[in-house]
Amino acid sequence: MKIIAAIILMLSAPPAALAALNIFASTPEWGALAKELGGDKVNVYVASTALQDPHRIEARPSLIARARSADLMVSTGAQLEIGWLPLVQQQSGNTKIQSGQPGYFEAASVVPLIEKPSSVDRSLGDVHPDGNPHIHLDPHNVERVAAALAARMAQLDPAQAGHYQQKSNAFLERWREATGRWEKQAAPLKGMPLVVYHRDMSYLNNWLGMRAVGALEPKPGLPPSTAHLAQLLDQLARTPAVAVVRAAYNDPRPAEWLGERARIPLVVLPYTVGGTEQAKDLFSLYDDTLARLLAIAK
Amino acid sequence: MYAKWWYAAALAAAIVPAQAQDAELSKLREALRQLQQQVQELEKRVQEAEAKSAKPQEAAPAPPAQPGRPGGSSAFNPDISLILQGTAARSSLDPNTYQITGFAPSGGEVNPAPRSLNLGESELLITGNVDPYFRGQLAAALTPDHEIEVEEAFFQSLALGGGFTLKGGRFLSGIGYQNEIHQHAWDFQDAPLAYKAFLGGRLNDDGVQLRWLAPTELFVELGAELARGRSFPATDNNKNGANAWSVFGHVGGDVGESVAWRGGLSYLGASPQDRAFTDLGVAQSFSGDSRLWIADFVLKWAPQGNASATNFKLQGEYFRREESGALTFDTSSGDYSSRQSGWYLQAAYQFMPRWRVGYRYDRLDHGTVTNGLGLTAQDAPLLFTDYNPTRSTAMLDWSLTEFSRLRVQYAVDRSRADLTDNQLLLQYILSLGAHGAHKF
Repeated sequence: MKIIAAIILMLSAPPAALAALNIFASTPEWGALAKELGGDKVNVYVASTALQDPHRIEARPSLIARARSADLMVSTGAQLEIGWLPLVQQQSGNTKIQSGQPGYFEAASVVPLIEKPSSVDRSLGDVHPDGNPHIHLDPHNVERVAAALAARMAQLDPAQAGHYQQKSNAFLERWREATGRWEKQAAPLKGMPLVVYHRDMSYLNNWLGMRAVGALEPKPGLPPSTAHLAQLLDQLARTPAVAVVRAAYNDPRPAEWLGERARIPLVVLPYTVGGTEQAKDLFSLYDDTLARLLAIAK
Repeated sequence: MYAKWWYAAALAAAIVPAQAQDAELSKLREALRQLQQQVQELEKRVQEAEAKSAKPQEAAPAPPAQPGRPGGSSAFNPDISLILQGTAARSSLDPNTYQITGFAPSGGEVNPAPRSLNLGESELLITGNVDPYFRGQLAAALTPDHEIEVEEAFFQSLALGGGFTLKGGRFLSGIGYQNEIHQHAWDFQDAPLAYKAFLGGRLNDDGVQLRWLAPTELFVELGAELARGRSFPATDNNKNGANAWSVFGHVGGDVGESVAWRGGLSYLGASPQDRAFTDLGVAQSFSGDSRLWIADFVLKWAPQGNASATNFKLQGEYFRREESGALTFDTSSGDYSSRQSGWYLQAAYQFMPRWRVGYRYDRLDHGTVTNGLGLTAQDAPLLFTDYNPTRSTAMLDWSLTEFSRLRVQYAVDRSRADLTDNQLLLQYILSLGAHGAHKF
């Protein structure tokens, strides 16, 4: 028992960590946002990377251990993380981050969701009944989430409420300015027809007026099949697209196959922070995404 | 649409004779110009309509904000999911005569899949939060022979805090690794031999469980359970207090982005009374102490932690049991003690989306068994033997989606002394309803 106690002491987080707000972010975009809003007053742990499919993370022991000490769990919600986050919550033994507690924040709860299915049936694929949860690729959504998240952080850590307010105001000012810049830059992208992999680009398409004329997944959540790809190729011969777009975490092969045969460029978008070398934070995520799309727009 | 142009032009040509007066000519010219304008407008409208209809549905205007869930009384319904499964199996030996030589029958569901086409257990899972303090879960198995078996029915605390979680009711025990995983999520259709021999397939007793998770970056979990002892290796002794108890500890973490692991040690103690079985038609029973240790580990690999395309899982457990007490053989009784062990090692590899292959090797060691009755293999061949059961199993499964899986499995099962059972089966596992979350 003494040995176990000693090991526990050795492995315990350093005392400095106790002062700051511990944030467990399900995906990199919310981790990056929490860092923007919290600065040095928060410790942020990000449960997944941009190279992992946010639907299919496993409730690994390391995630459960990190959730144990979290003061705030930031998730996307709208059933994006339904296959793993509820287990992490249940097994964490942490009261603060249970659903319904102030320490549990769902970004999708403050954003108008698109593509809400009129009927919910698994024959339609792995549909999200509440709507499309990939909300962070519309900067106006990020703005909404930032305001709500900053308020939540202030609620949980009232001693630093002023700090969060100040950080959030500064962030929002920069963000709105950048949004204006991006919208100007992205003018040539309007109306551009694209083939996407999954419906994880819908908010981006909506924001910039791009059109998804096809998806590599035959149905949401189903891996691309050869039959479907052939059909897509056939369709592209009639209604061409400018490019095939996939997120950094998607299987590269189906997109490469289609791009080669349809003779259109393949664009790998970071999708979230860390998806490309250039996408280091939320600002550079958008900068890089637009740069990659503008490179193929003519 | 050009037809209108031609029509207008032809009309103009026909009704404009050379001798026509200037005024009439200019009138006609004006009419023609108006016609042309109308045609142009029509064309523009058609083009617009075409552009609109070509746009996919994604481009439709966003629906209004709708945070929150649908209302109505059904909003509070718990999550319900249903697992349907079945097998088509053939085996060279009769599954109904299955036993594991050297090990007292556990009385659990340990027989290989029945021959021919068979409905498996249909599993109904209902789960939800009770209030801010508890969540509840029911796992009921509807067996093919029209019985409802309560596999799990428990509450779990949500608000103890401090890393503590309390569970109560009937639940899959936290000992070992595979024990807590529902059967439909196993990598093979049946349980490892060690689980069959030492736990009757799995341990799901009635009791309470307290778990504590250490506040460390490394996953360190300790747990303890007290139970009624309703199933093997314990017996329900109709006494006050617990008839079985267990403690377990698990440690886990990541190595880089690609590897996650967990390892653990567990102990299960029980004091079975008159744990009965028959061998060669002779009634035997054991009363005494049973102590079981399990060492388990699991390691999962996926390139950069992205398991969608390819991933690998390695899992193994080692069981060691000591029992000491009295053995009643027919009408006589005497001392009995045993030290036995068993292990399995299995791997499953998803080599491309949807497809996995797996292999498992099982081995049990009959160990040392002594008795004060002078019994030998001739009197009780099941208990007294120098045979070590083994089994090799290979499987290939195909998951069309997360919710449907088809599997073919082949096993060479040498559980019975000097007999080889070749088992081939096809299995389907379908899951309907709420999106379940699977344990690591």
